[in-house]
Amino acid sequence: MTQPSPSTVSALVDFNRQAIARALNLLEDRRPNRRAHALTLLDTLSTLPASAQVIGLTGPPGVGKSSLISRLIEPQVQAGRRVAIIAVDPSSTVSGGALLGDRGRMQLSAEVYARSYAARDRLGGLSREAFSAVFLLRHCCDVILVETVGVGQSETDITALADTTVLVVQPFSGDVLQFIKAGVMEIPDILAVNKADNQALAQKALSDTQAALALAQRPASPASEAWDSPVLAVSAATTLNLDALNRALSAHWQHLHATAGLEKKRAAQHLEWGIGEIRHEVGQRGLAALGGVAGVRTAWKRQPAPWSAVRKLSALLERVQYRT
Amino acid sequence: METDQPKDRPWVMRTYSGHSTAQASNALYRLNLSKGQTGLSVAFDLPTQTGYDSDHALARGEVGKVGVPICHIGDMATLFTDIPLGQMNTSMTINGTAAWLLALYIAAAERQGVEPQALQGTTQNDIVKEYLSRGTYIFPPEPSLRLISDVITYTVKNVPKWNPVNVCSYHLQEAGATPVQEVAYALCTASAVLDTVRASGRLDAAEFAAAVGRLSFFVNSGVRFIEEVCKLRAFGQLWDELTRERYDVENPKLRRFRYGVQVNSLGLTEAQPENNIPRIVLEALGVTLSKDARCRAMQLPAWNEALGLPRPWDQQWSLRIQQILAFETDLLEYGDIFEGSTVVEGKTNAIKNAARAEVERVSDMGGVISALGYIKEQLVASHTERVRNITAGDHVVVGVNTFTESADSPLYRGDSSAILKVDEAAEREQVARLEAFRATRTQAEVDTALSGLHAAVLSGENIMPASIRCALAGVTTGEWTQTLRDIFGEFRAPTGIGGAAAARTVNGEAAQALEELRARVRKSAATLGRPLKVLIGKPGLDGHSNGAEQIAVWCRDAGMEVVYEGIRLSSEQIVTSVRDEGVHLVGLSILSGSHLRLVPEVLTGLRAEGLSDIPVVVGGIIPEDDAENLRQAGVARVYTPKDFEMLRILSDMVEVAEAAV
Repeated sequence: MTQPSPSTVSALVDFNRQAIARALNLLEDRRPNRRAHALTLLDTLSTLPASAQVIGLTGPPGVGKSSLISRLIEPQVQAGRRVAIIAVDPSSTVSGGALLGDRGRMQLSAEVYARSYAARDRLGGLSREAFSAVFLLRHCCDVILVETVGVGQSETDITALADTTVLVVQPFSGDVLQFIKAGVMEIPDILAVNKADNQALAQKALSDTQAALALAQRPASPASEAWDSPVLAVSAATTLNLDALNRALSAHWQHLHATAGLEKKRAAQHLEWGIGEIRHEVGQRGLAALGGVAGVRTAWKRQPAPWSAVRKLSALLERVQYRT
Repeated sequence: METDQPKDRPWVMRTYSGHSTAQASNALYRLNLSKGQTGLSVAFDLPTQTGYDSDHALARGEVGKVGVPICHIGDMATLFTDIPLGQMNTSMTINGTAAWLLALYIAAAERQGVEPQALQGTTQNDIVKEYLSRGTYIFPPEPSLRLISDVITYTVKNVPKWNPVNVCSYHLQEAGATPVQEVAYALCTASAVLDTVRASGRLDAAEFAAAVGRLSFFVNSGVRFIEEVCKLRAFGQLWDELTRERYDVENPKLRRFRYGVQVNSLGLTEAQPENNIPRIVLEALGVTLSKDARCRAMQLPAWNEALGLPRPWDQQWSLRIQQILAFETDLLEYGDIFEGSTVVEGKTNAIKNAARAEVERVSDMGGVISALGYIKEQLVASHTERVRNITAGDHVVVGVNTFTESADSPLYRGDSSAILKVDEAAEREQVARLEAFRATRTQAEVDTALSGLHAAVLSGENIMPASIRCALAGVTTGEWTQTLRDIFGEFRAPTGIGGAAAARTVNGEAAQALEELRARVRKSAATLGRPLKVLIGKPGLDGHSNGAEQIAVWCRDAGMEVVYEGIRLSSEQIVTSVRDEGVHLVGLSILSGSHLRLVPEVLTGLRAEGLSDIPVVVGGIIPEDDAENLRQAGVARVYTPKDFEMLRILSDMVEVAEAAV
């Protein structure tokens, strides 16, 4: 297998955006030889630090996720931090095409790397390509913001990708709060009530959201790992409370480090991603041939990096199929 | 046989014009007036419309292109040399910077010794349709409405014969609006303006009624001229209703629907362009036939507008149409010829009822500003429908999709001899004059005037007196606008493309062609390694985004992944997006005539980023000589208005993308 050149790797970790764009093109490429290159590149990178905080923003369409992102990155860029943005838009079920318009709604300074993806046939609010893009970008920059499609209760992908998940709602986002109460939606790490420039409406929205959180079922976790999700009333338009939101984001990041939650979270995310990839490539029956999820988990642990695990399992599968 | 009635007075006859420099435009205006034109219609260049001086980086290549550059009082004075402003009726197509250009006009008149009370004319000053269609907005909605309100309250008291706002349904039709949408959204805009004026509390009841009376409209007229007659009758009746019921205006004279018109350019064709003359005549009938709904002022486009900039002779031909209509025919000798027609009455009522329902819908959304995204989506959807119908042949366009055989034209040989060539030296001269002007100013006076402006903006007092003081002190267009930009910030309008429905109304042959194209796009993923991803970009200051939006929606419907960021992007921004997004192909849309500067800039930028293998295609009003130039520079394809078959363009784009692998 061709190894990526040391200059490519160093360009990537130096946040060279030309190199990043080329690498992300490669990760999307489905031609078999490119696919092999892509996995090798990810393997090589996985031996290096992945120090970027991945922040996922989810929430219904029109709540202002894009505007919020362009506001949140301002202080980050000013502080000299390297920022990447991944935005996902829905694909048309009729034509398969997609309009990728998030870029236009963000005020992007020249220092930021931003890329849009079409969700294609995936329903969980992200696209397959967004996963590998984020896995790569974690080695290249300081903070990654991921914006989901924003379709409501099916936005399950983001917790499988983000270190910190922010749910953005606006006054009268009753539906989303119902999903939380009913346990359909996982509890986000931070809740932001946007468009809070209207005091009265914002107060009402805040108390609705807090009530929904209080009713929601929390998964049992050791006290040391417990995190109380803060609820913040913010406004991208007037920048109200955006500094508080940025503080909450760093607080959660520190919390993940202090509790060793990050490693656990990412290991679980990798495994889930790998199972998803295998299921995508070979289907449910292929997965069964590998011993199901448990079988994959065992094989997975023996591999040095998640990407070689996928490759190894695919090879294994070919042998299994050959024998039967 | 003569009729008993005295002949009606003809409308004001204008030609929308202005180019290169104030001096060249002044010569054109005097020529046009000598031919019997009775008013002036000033076209400003894009830097002036978006608040940049001629030497600003963003102005490069745009100076004097789509209109005249006006940077300061010296330019304004030159523009009207030997044209007595006390007797002229001047219409200015100016929006984002309307308050400033009016201040310059008032100041230039003062230098001619003319009092503001004597000035007659119109500032377009309708920001909503800029957000929706025309694109030369600068500030967010709230401060923009405040500026409009300031101009209204100032002119009602000080320039009483001025029309401070021309609410434009014109550009909505160009963006694809149906007659009902045109009427409804224009009325919603007028309400937003009048509500702001009323809430300002600056006018007493009598002054407010006068302000309502000064509000005028700028409409469009298409080739379906009977429907247009009905639309304008409906418009007038609804305006009367609105001003009476919502604004309590008692005096019927102040409730009259007064409008100027520029007839439709959207329907003018590049193929067999001589056919545009009968189209223009019929469109002119739509706004003149009905005496009760007749226009107050008219400007007609030129037959060759889809080819490039019209020459003085082309504009003369359009003026002659107006003169023949007014002076040779018996049009002005009768009362309203539709009185008692149940057919016209029925259609008028149908438009009124549907428009009322749409006004209601927008009102439920909180008014025109809150509903911008919704309205934009409706317009893009209507336009998409129109393009589909032309492609499918359901909408007949003679010489384009029907009766396309033609003998060789003696008027147009397909080259650049039948259009005006812009003087490329004009920009250099304009910049030199600007520098010379700055050197003559007294800096202390400029600084004082600008800090007065700054204070007026912050305190909320009327911006006009401080702006007129700036004009007299020699402040420039860029300086005035920057002062406001620093306080108000800038705005990006919704693109509306997300809401356009997929191509579900296509059927028959067209549906099959679309299916074939989709299959072709899907197949290209094997060659390209991933689904075809394209970027549609609008570089430069040109805000006419209808074409780019259509291409974006159609690419999506054909199965492509489309990055579209809206208007007014710098070449650097486009190059960054091409790099970051990893697209296979770049499509640039430019209608301002500055393609020879903007396109090579993008190509150079792509080369510098190591992206010279990404093919670039360009669409716009591009004369063949220029197209050849662009191809030489490395552009893969150039599309012009004669390439109306959307599916063919798209299939061509797939081919270009595949060939680049």
